[in-house]
Amino acid sequence: MHRFAKPSVFLKLTAPILPWLAGATAILIAAGLYFALFASPIDYQQGDTVRIMYLHVPSAWMGLFCYVGMAICGAMSLIWKHPLADICARATAPIGATFTALCLITGSLWGEPMWGTWWVWDARLTSMLILLFLYLGYIALVNAFDDPDRGSKAGSALALVGAVNVPIVKFSVDWWNTLHQPASIVRMDGPAVDPSMQLPLALMILGFTGYYFVVLILRVRLELNERRIRALHLSGMFDDNAQDAEPYDPGHNAETSQ
Amino acid sequence: MNGFTAILRRDLQLAMRQGADSVMVVAFFIVTTTLFPFGVGPEANILARIASGVIWVSALLAAMLSLERVFQTDYEDGTLELLTLSPVSLEVVVLGKVVAHWLTTGLPLIVAAPLMAVMLNMDTDGFVVLMIAMLLGTPALSLIGAIGAALILGARRGGVLVSLLVLPLYIPILIFGAGAVEAALLGMSATAQLQIMGAILLLALAATPFATAHALRQAME
Amino acid sequence: MAVFSGSDLTCLRGERLVFGKLSFAANPGDAIMLRGRNGAGKSSLLRLMAGLLIPRSGQITWNNEPIHSDRIAHHARLQYLGHQDAIKPVLSVRDNLHLWGQLRGVDDIDREIDTALHALDIHHLSRTAGRYLSSGQKRRTALARILIGHADLWLLDEPTVGLDRESSNELAHLIADFRAKGGIVIYSTHIDLAVKEPVLLDIDEFAIPMIEWLKDHDAPADDGMRSDPKRAAQ
Repeated sequence: MHRFAKPSVFLKLTAPILPWLAGATAILIAAGLYFALFASPIDYQQGDTVRIMYLHVPSAWMGLFCYVGMAICGAMSLIWKHPLADICARATAPIGATFTALCLITGSLWGEPMWGTWWVWDARLTSMLILLFLYLGYIALVNAFDDPDRGSKAGSALALVGAVNVPIVKFSVDWWNTLHQPASIVRMDGPAVDPSMQLPLALMILGFTGYYFVVLILRVRLELNERRIRALHLSGMFDDNAQDAEPYDPGHNAETSQ
Repeated sequence: MNGFTAILRRDLQLAMRQGADSVMVVAFFIVTTTLFPFGVGPEANILARIASGVIWVSALLAAMLSLERVFQTDYEDGTLELLTLSPVSLEVVVLGKVVAHWLTTGLPLIVAAPLMAVMLNMDTDGFVVLMIAMLLGTPALSLIGAIGAALILGARRGGVLVSLLVLPLYIPILIFGAGAVEAALLGMSATAQLQIMGAILLLALAATPFATAHALRQAME
Repeated sequence: MAVFSGSDLTCLRGERLVFGKLSFAANPGDAIMLRGRNGAGKSSLLRLMAGLLIPRSGQITWNNEPIHSDRIAHHARLQYLGHQDAIKPVLSVRDNLHLWGQLRGVDDIDREIDTALHALDIHHLSRTAGRYLSSGQKRRTALARILIGHADLWLLDEPTVGLDRESSNELAHLIADFRAKGGIVIYSTHIDLAVKEPVLLDIDEFAIPMIEWLKDHDAPADDGMRSDPKRAAQ
């Protein structure tokens, strides 16, 4: 029943929010970048390298945030069987995967001047790598079915299983790391973050989160409209020979004016 | 309970008649393990150092090899549909099939593991712990793997997909399984690792049948 | 109130609307024959009735209890025959049937299997492995399965596929016997099956053009937007 009805509520509600959210995100990221690249002090040990942190930490945050979001969507899909939850989970995965990859890349770039090597089996980096694998598994599963609905539902179940597993993986990787590597390595987060670093960090985290919601809304809208087109195709209204097909008032679909 | 034994007996019967599956899993395990000396060289010290990890990784891959077929044939010939419609709860059916999978693949691996440990020059101190760790770890592999096997029903390229889904979930078992053996080899107590593995097994036993049954119902829709 | 009934059923497969606003009712001894063109949703309806699918809207009840409130009880009372015969090639006919008897908690499984095999005239095959059966023999083995254990409801999806005229008549007899004992039979077929006075359910009549359904279900959400003069002016 709510299959098409609720999604149209979503389309209606998000339309006015989107431009504001996009604007706020742009301002937050611009301000964050300014403070991060120009208006923050350099680290007395790391020099300018420390500025990588302003991308690295928010990316790590987003990687986790998106996975939690996917799991929540998965749970909602399981409990209320709401199709929008599946679509949201599906739309979140590539964003989360990209941020996780960004976190790994920046971590590697940061590691090179710090440790003299591009990759260290540091507990945090390793956990993020496994998180990336979980994302990739989800994306592969969701796209492996001819029926997109079946893919989304299977994906939601997997996201939940993964979410239960993430803390166990984190715990085991930490344990493995302390066993195999004595704590001589400089920790990623270094000493307590200086207050002058907190502002750009907070701006970037907020900006990234805003960016996530903008992209999420865009992707969900795209998916909903794609579904609608598929449904209309299946209804046969595009059949050239159909004489009795009633014209369908596109109604709120005419949101190209946005 | 009746349903559980019925499914278990039937799957074991099928495994006996079709044969090959258990033998192939063990053969795969042995061949994979023997690849490592070719890769890292036959030096006894190095092999002894990596033995526990190699055995666990190979066991993981071997257990996964057979996962795809846990539900696939039943799905294709319509049996799964009827199992879903039988007056036995699907969770019990799942448990029966998982136990059958473990008996036909996990158990033979445990038997083959000490043999490979000898070939990799592992110290005999680690043997008992290796067996116990595998006894705790392999059922968890089957339980967790069953979720993946159920999720991929009807998907394209199911076999590769199931590895991608399941392997990241296997990492904790690998860490503690190999860790337990290493602790034993260093003359330390492996109790903590084994206890954690036991906890993982219990958690998997309690939670995964529900997840798998849910995934199966989805596949039937 | 009928024993087994469904009301206002809408079935959606993927994005495809299969049928809508379909209702049916059956009492002990009734037979319902499903008719409809390919893709009309005969199989989907039978799967809805079995509880494999959940209807998008509407409800199916047995004695006024929704079938999803007690899945196990519903499964215990129904026998379902799908498109596939679910026969393991390496097991004998008897071993193939054995599992289903066990899952239904049948006490004297071997005797029931014997009776079922005799009824379908395949008792001579009881020790034959599934892989040596012809498709007609497989279908008869699958039909033997639904005779094992107690049931109140048969859901048969194209039961006559692969059967010759003789076996079809045997099937018609089995259906008559089952109805005489108070069973409900719901089946789909595209050939004539000599079932006495079945109720016809033509699913084509319930096909709703997707377009109408979309309109119906989009409407409430759009109300606010359509009445908004600013948007209308855009």
